[in-house]
Amino acid sequence: MSKRKLNIFTKGFFKENPTFVLLLGLCPTLATTTSAINGLSMGLATLFVLVLSNIVISAIAPLVPDKVHIPVYIVVIATFVTILQFAMQAYTPDMYKTLGLFIPLIVVNCIVLGRAEAFASKNGIVDSALDGLGIGFGFTMSLTVLGLVREILGSGSAFGWKFISGDGLLVFVMAPGAFIALGYLMVLFNKIAKKS
Amino acid sequence: MAAKSNLTNMVLCLTAVCLVCSALLGCMYALTKAPIDKANADILKASIGAVLPDGGDISDAREVKVGGQPSEYYVSSNGDEVVAYAIKSTTVGFGGPLTLMVGITPDGNVYNTSVLSHTETPGLGAKCTSDEHFYSQFKGFDPSQKILSVKKDGGDVDAITASTITSRAYSLAVKNAVEAFKTIKGE
Amino acid sequence: MEYFLIIISAIFVNNIMLAQFLGTCPFIGVSSKLSTATGMSGAVVFVITFATLVTYLINKFLLIPFGLEFLQTIAFILVIATLVQIVEIVLKKISPSLYQALGIFLPLITTNCAVLGVALNVVTKEFTFGGGAAHMLNLGESVVYAFATAIGYGMALILFAGLREHLELNDVPKQFKGVPIALITCGILAMAFMGFSGLV
Repeated sequence: MSKRKLNIFTKGFFKENPTFVLLLGLCPTLATTTSAINGLSMGLATLFVLVLSNIVISAIAPLVPDKVHIPVYIVVIATFVTILQFAMQAYTPDMYKTLGLFIPLIVVNCIVLGRAEAFASKNGIVDSALDGLGIGFGFTMSLTVLGLVREILGSGSAFGWKFISGDGLLVFVMAPGAFIALGYLMVLFNKIAKKS
Repeated sequence: MAAKSNLTNMVLCLTAVCLVCSALLGCMYALTKAPIDKANADILKASIGAVLPDGGDISDAREVKVGGQPSEYYVSSNGDEVVAYAIKSTTVGFGGPLTLMVGITPDGNVYNTSVLSHTETPGLGAKCTSDEHFYSQFKGFDPSQKILSVKKDGGDVDAITASTITSRAYSLAVKNAVEAFKTIKGE
Repeated sequence: MEYFLIIISAIFVNNIMLAQFLGTCPFIGVSSKLSTATGMSGAVVFVITFATLVTYLINKFLLIPFGLEFLQTIAFILVIATLVQIVEIVLKKISPSLYQALGIFLPLITTNCAVLGVALNVVTKEFTFGGGAAHMLNLGESVVYAFATAIGYGMALILFAGLREHLELNDVPKQFKGVPIALITCGILAMAFMGFSGLV
């Protein structure tokens, strides 16, 4: 893999991390990270849509008239989201029930349309796939970390493995805790990013 | 680079994309319909099985009207002999609807209950799914001997600490199921 | 009475932003100035109400009769995209200054999950208000629910913009400046709104 391609792949992890640096896709980030597993699943679901829509959009971009490119991209993204929705309903119904509304809402996740618009429409298929993978992994990573932090603090468990009996600081599994945990993680991220 | 934005191009492009996408989704829908139905049926079967004694074939959904409100129920039977009824019952808890599946044996006793869906506060009302002391008191509950409401309201149900509203809703849901059972028996 | 309960529930108890996290991106994006936040709220109220009206009708009279419910997501998002385009054109004509101020966030209403979220919620979820039985919303209730939800969103947005304008003047630690402190403030605001739960 050439250095440029590697760079396209890895920039989503840290330098252009969708959650901490670009501040995109905050709704699912806050809503589905009540536990590490939920965060991870949501991240992977988004990764799936991101990679496939990036590939298809980079392939069809030259054929799409400029003025209608947004609707066309949205239709492509919505198609993959619906496919994912059916697959999850059929094979992982429990997870589908947990993530609920946030699966169809991947359509309006700014990360997906943002990457289509900013990257896939201007680059080749391989690069776009790598970009989707990289950003998707970065997103999955942030969601898992946030989910893990909230799960440890809120329910005293990690990936479903309970290490204290009883309840944790319950506020962290509820709405306010999501904002506060993300705020502090962002501070930590800024601090580390500044040093390196 | 991009194709020209004249009317024909735009209409053509949008129509083509929409057609291809809907066709794709139609295929996907046809392909996954059977597994989705099966997954939903499995979940339903598991939730019914959890509140009924073992043995007996479970019927399809039937409907009974109690006080104008329809509620769904399932009959588990062994040949002609009815083993138990599973009745779906929804009330309003603290955060929103609270839906239970209540199993009732032909003598009118509650066999077991389980929560199908709820939106109660984690750590407080949500304990109705995890606090064994709370939900196990409905196991074998005899509504002709004891009263189905929380002790604060003069009944025989121990409420979850700091979650009286959820406990009330839970008791009421079981009570409604018992009423539905009486109506079914009366038919 | 029922409508009143729907309104209270949608604005305070289940505030779409503070309790359900829908529409967070523009929330953080446009809430740094009070004037932009007000403009954005107006646009969102308009789009959410009309989008829900149109998608409800499409769902009931087009998708369900033909057994096409699986096209819900695609159909809804296209309706929303079209409506946003209309708002954009109208705003450009009526108030160029507001159009300038809302800038890139106007097309972004399309990707505001609050809009699609409300439209999907209304046609797929059962609601209960004030001890009534759980039921699907009818057309009138849907529109009232959508309008109230949007008002709740706008209110949270304007409240928060006011808070942020003050935050700007405060001396917060360097790493907290900007978004992190905004998120933490938002958490405290969400905590305050939790006091409304159980009201309806």
